[in-house]
Amino acid sequence: MALLQIAEPGESAAPHEHRLAVGIDLGTTNSLVATVRSGMSVVLNDERGRPLLPSIVRYAAGGEIEVGYAAQSHQASDPRNTIVSAKRFMGRGRKDIAHIEMLPYDFIDAEGMVKLKTAQGIKSPVEVSAEVLKALRSRAEASLGGELTGVVITVPAYFDDAQRQATKDAARLAGLNVLRLLNEPTAAAIAYGLDNGAEGVYAVFDLGGGTFDISILRLSKGVFEVMATGGDSALGGDDFDHRVFCWIIEQAGLMPLSPHDVRLLQVRAREAKEYLSQHGEAPITVKLGSGEYVDLTLTTDIFTEITRTLVQKTLVPTRKALRDAGLAAEDIKGVVMVGGATRMPQIQHAVGEFFRQEPLNNLDPDKVVALGAAIQANLLAGNRAAGDDWLLLDVIPLSLGLETMGGLVEKVIPRNSTIPIARAQEFTTYKDGQTALAVHVVQGERELVSDCRSLARFELRGIPPMVAGAARIRVSFQVDADGLLSVTAREQTTGHEARIEVKPSYGLSDDEIAAMLKDSFSHASDDAFRRALREAQVEAQRLIEAVQSALKEDAELLSAPERSHIDNAIVRLQAAIMGDDRRAIDQAMDALSKGTNEFAARRMNKSVSKALSGRKIDEVGFDA
Amino acid sequence: MTGLDFTADHFALFGLGRAQGIELSALDLRFRELQAQVHPDKHAQASDTNQRLSMQWATRVNEAYQTLKLPLSRARYLLHLLGHDAQVESNTAMPMEFLMAQMELREVVAEAKVGADDTALDGLRRDLVAAMKQEYQRLQDLIDVRHDYPAAAGLVRQLMFQEKLLHEIDDALEAVLA
Repeated sequence: MALLQIAEPGESAAPHEHRLAVGIDLGTTNSLVATVRSGMSVVLNDERGRPLLPSIVRYAAGGEIEVGYAAQSHQASDPRNTIVSAKRFMGRGRKDIAHIEMLPYDFIDAEGMVKLKTAQGIKSPVEVSAEVLKALRSRAEASLGGELTGVVITVPAYFDDAQRQATKDAARLAGLNVLRLLNEPTAAAIAYGLDNGAEGVYAVFDLGGGTFDISILRLSKGVFEVMATGGDSALGGDDFDHRVFCWIIEQAGLMPLSPHDVRLLQVRAREAKEYLSQHGEAPITVKLGSGEYVDLTLTTDIFTEITRTLVQKTLVPTRKALRDAGLAAEDIKGVVMVGGATRMPQIQHAVGEFFRQEPLNNLDPDKVVALGAAIQANLLAGNRAAGDDWLLLDVIPLSLGLETMGGLVEKVIPRNSTIPIARAQEFTTYKDGQTALAVHVVQGERELVSDCRSLARFELRGIPPMVAGAARIRVSFQVDADGLLSVTAREQTTGHEARIEVKPSYGLSDDEIAAMLKDSFSHASDDAFRRALREAQVEAQRLIEAVQSALKEDAELLSAPERSHIDNAIVRLQAAIMGDDRRAIDQAMDALSKGTNEFAARRMNKSVSKALSGRKIDEVGFDA
Repeated sequence: MTGLDFTADHFALFGLGRAQGIELSALDLRFRELQAQVHPDKHAQASDTNQRLSMQWATRVNEAYQTLKLPLSRARYLLHLLGHDAQVESNTAMPMEFLMAQMELREVVAEAKVGADDTALDGLRRDLVAAMKQEYQRLQDLIDVRHDYPAAAGLVRQLMFQEKLLHEIDDALEAVLA
């Protein structure tokens, strides 16, 4: 919608209309979709009443794509084409993926992100994730009886820019309108905080299938402020499975294994781990494809021993996050446990010991992230009810920097800065007559460029030749509310200005996305054209309503000619809606949007000064 | 961006007088009030242009808050507004005594790090934090009461050294404890 919706707390922008919005927890192992129904956040089950969708996609040789349980049943029989835990590959190169040699896939090391060779051709992890998202979208639309206005998708707080960009690309590919990428622990904090009316400083300990996050949040009067976040985007329940898997191989003296047997043992390892959360020991009996038998018993003691270092590994980022927040363990009022892997007694015990208190387990650790995401989606879609007036202030998890002389990193935006945030840095030329300058953007905490993630490389050309040190090149970083970065560089000496927009190199290019979309459209039979037209009409109607309601509230901010200019644009858009020319609608919307920019700016200004009024300088005291 | 006053200084944006001594609770409160108005989540249904506008405002508010929250960045910013830039890049002249003390401390930190002596590091940290607390009090006095800006600028440069040392101690502690 076009005009800034400056609604008073509790007052909905469009009370008559409930927009369909959902929260999606796109997990490594399982995914979920949730929505707010009659004021309650609920997980939407599949047609058989199951809340989880295994994040598994099978590209069958026959051309069929199976997702979820259907794909899961083939993971041992068709391991190469059945992609499990694709989230681990999002925005990742070959060298970033742990235990890659044990995975039964045909990896292709494409630039930036690996790809997988399947019976249906080469697939990017983004496409695999998009299939999971499409399945959740159909589930939600069937369950809610209409098209979704928008979604909030959760990502691990510790995801870097490449991983976030890949997630957003997957959503675009699944035809979803992303209202916001939301950090998983923050989503959990919303669900927990609103449910319990919590106030104070809380830690969210989120150990999922493939990622670990720790966030420290201050909850106060409806504001959820992330003070620090840390984690490990390659540590999760999968790693505990892997330890068990390796233990089985070692104990049974197995090697080499066929892809089928690898997958079979991985499944058994995981089942044994889950069984151990409730029992003292787990029997593991398997008949392998090779004809060999495995008959072992995994006890709690052995499991604790072989996974001890993994448990310890979660405490390092936890300590660091506390330090970044300037707090000690005893300052934490409660520790909210999130993610299926926190069911392990070893984790519960370690966390309890570290924070010297019993962790909070009163929300289902599998569902809490999706439930929180749904609540936020509902708010962002504009379905505000009385009292729904909280605010989320999140942070960037990893520092952003630039490569300087000698392969060193100069930090431009430090980790745990509240987003959105922008910083600019000035550079100059080091040679006489130099007309180009290379800029290399990296993310990470290490001092050497080679130890950080490379996000973007670009060359700024067309610098007017001058003596060394005379040019002034300003490189600006902007991180938006999704935690996504854009970089702009500008040469700003007299009269000359060169500018370049850079998207991180790990994200897909617009061309790639377009090609993938075309690809998926050729498979789909739904009428894309009619759908697009309808969407444009709905969007246009909303814009008109927003402008009209803004005019009603703040008409005094406009002069008579300005007012009549806007009125004319509204009439033209109304006329366009009647027709079926989508481009005409877009153009008229654009015109109305542009025509109200100045008005919107004045309204924003008015609301800011309103927030500022009522306090005078002399009321502000000095601290001691 | 016409109509929006991006040029107002950080203190004005937060309704505060230009002073080194500020009420931090008032700053926090005002930060939340402002973000509640301008944050992109409050404008998720707005047009692209207006979403961008909201992002720019929220960025501006975050930047102002970050600058004012910590006493060192607040002092640097305030001195800049008052026309007495702390010249942290160009002016490296420091009292010899101070520099010597800093170098010695740095060596002690390095030794404690090598010896994995977290008790020693904790002790160093405590002493440094206590010393800096007094220096910050003096800085406030120099700016708000005495209006001795050149002296304040000198103290700012000195405190930058100390903040850096504190950071090094923290890094060493982290390395030792990991």
